Amino acid sequence: MSAAELAHKCLYYMSLMREVEDRIERKLYRQGKIVGGVYVGRGQEAIPVGTALAAEPDDVLFPSHRDMAVFLIRGVTPGRILAQYMGRAGGVTGGRDANMHMGDLSLNIVSIISALAATVPVAAGAALALRYQGRNGVVFSYFGEGSTSRGDWHEGVNFATVQKLPVVFICNNNQYAYSTPLSLQMACANVADRGPAYNMPAEIVDGNDVLAVYEATRRAAAHARAGSGPYLLECKTFRMTGHSAHDAAHYVPKDLFEDWGKLDPITRFEARMLAEGWGGQAEIDELRATVHREVDEGVAWAEQSPYPDPATLLDGVYEAQ
Amino acid sequence: MSTTYLEAIREGLWEEMERDANVFLIGEDIGEYGGAFKVTAGFFERFGARRVVDTPISESAIVGAAIGAALMGLRPVAEMQFADFISCGFDQIVNFAAKCRYRWNAGVPMVVRAPSGGGVHGGPFHSQNPEMWFVRIPGLKVVAPATAYDAKGLIKSAIRDNDPVLFFEHKALYRRIKEDLPTGEYTVPIGKAKVVREGTDVTIVTYGAMLWVALEAAATLAEEDASVEVVDLRTLLPLDRETVCESVKKTSKVLLLHEDTRTGGLAGELAASITESVFEYLDAPIVRVTAPDTPIPYSPPLEDAFLPNAEKVVEKARWLFRY
Repeated sequence: MSAAELAHKCLYYMSLMREVEDRIERKLYRQGKIVGGVYVGRGQEAIPVGTALAAEPDDVLFPSHRDMAVFLIRGVTPGRILAQYMGRAGGVTGGRDANMHMGDLSLNIVSIISALAATVPVAAGAALALRYQGRNGVVFSYFGEGSTSRGDWHEGVNFATVQKLPVVFICNNNQYAYSTPLSLQMACANVADRGPAYNMPAEIVDGNDVLAVYEATRRAAAHARAGSGPYLLECKTFRMTGHSAHDAAHYVPKDLFEDWGKLDPITRFEARMLAEGWGGQAEIDELRATVHREVDEGVAWAEQSPYPDPATLLDGVYEAQ
Repeated sequence: MSTTYLEAIREGLWEEMERDANVFLIGEDIGEYGGAFKVTAGFFERFGARRVVDTPISESAIVGAAIGAALMGLRPVAEMQFADFISCGFDQIVNFAAKCRYRWNAGVPMVVRAPSGGGVHGGPFHSQNPEMWFVRIPGLKVVAPATAYDAKGLIKSAIRDNDPVLFFEHKALYRRIKEDLPTGEYTVPIGKAKVVREGTDVTIVTYGAMLWVALEAAATLAEEDASVEVVDLRTLLPLDRETVCESVKKTSKVLLLHEDTRTGGLAGELAASITESVFEYLDAPIVRVTAPDTPIPYSPPLEDAFLPNAEKVVEKARWLFRY
């Protein structure tokens, strides 16, 4: 893949994720077409895009609730994602679960659960299985810095490092766990500081620079794929929203939003594309138009998808006999 | 040659590992040490570190790793050193494993072995019967064998099942009971209770180690001309209500017996099911014999007072018989 091709993909998927999430949070949710909780990854798009574009098809991904682009990159359409948020039968879980709580083993994507750190030991187990089966895949385990306060995060990381399993731990450090700032979450300065305690290489990455994330992921995955054990990437970023759509984030100092707004991964990358000559303004404009059209089509597709039939309520608790 | 309950579990595990290269074991001290109760003694030598995975003291990691491996197509058997410690892996079991299939159609063919139960002077943290924490979780299966035959047949069925199965094996039975097992291959179906002793006057419904208490009580009452039927549930989830209700229709009197504590114990659910389905057949109140609502104590006189025994069962069953 040429630098220009990679750049085009990076911008396309970041823009697509931004547009799908904007429709979800700012339109469909406010119109009452999406109920319950809505969590988006605005400002963090470079992390799922940079990591998932660096993944091989055999790699098994555990995206968090702020990593929608992982699904887009693996081929899940905006329509199915929007139907998922709208609780429709055409959604990835057919209305069984909400938002990013979805997975598809045929795409090598495992669904997270709400208590996100619980996925870390499961990711370790998936990596154990890949090695057991002689497969060359690596597991990408995504979480926020908030998860690293949990006991099961430490249990999973410890087990993975003891067993030297092929896992890349990908932390989006967006600096808030719901309303709790870093200073009340951990006594060390960086999540990466936790790496040495597990004899695990840990790297701090500019999480708003998609190519930096991509390159770091390639390094980390190569390390894990070579049998050298887990690798921790701490992608520094900022949550440009509240915890969820109902949360106006009054507790976040305004200047933080302003400062990080200047580092928006999409506007930054557009400038870089132009500067590097990977694309012209006309191409960027066309990409934006394409993204808009695809999301329009996705919304239309999701809105025509029926709600799940209540008669199916009892199905699928166990394997059908 | 007679096989103990513990050897039966070991044989079942061994045969499944020989049969299916996707089956592997994961837990604390199960490798070279052979497990706290020696259920997996010799496995490490035969199957190696790849298929007998020793872990740190990390129940959440053990269960979580088993889930991850199961999602990738393996058939892990996770060992909790004592069932009491299963609470440390609770979230993984009830929120991750149990809901995968319903949420996103992903099967988790995992077994969690949990040595449970009292009568071994283990005290409050090595004697519990935590099965009811899980029996109310849709998506899980819960089995609790009482005999060597069922222990072997059910561990094999659990390993072959495509949903998560919790296997509560009773520590007090490990070396206390034995029987001749068939030489050939067999399994015991999950979800089927068994009438272990036929009778006409009173039904005792129970599971696990209490089966032996029920049989002892039935033998005593037979001397008083009371004919007691004993139903061994064997599986607690999904619950075989049909076999229970058929027996109640026959005897019209029922005593529900379990070693677990009283409030929220399985007897409550059974009593509700019986009154819903076969109320007209009942000739007497439904009677429960259970442990009281306390933690399980250590000192022998206290533990003896805590645990149901044949004497307590005979007293209640006799009252029921004469009602």
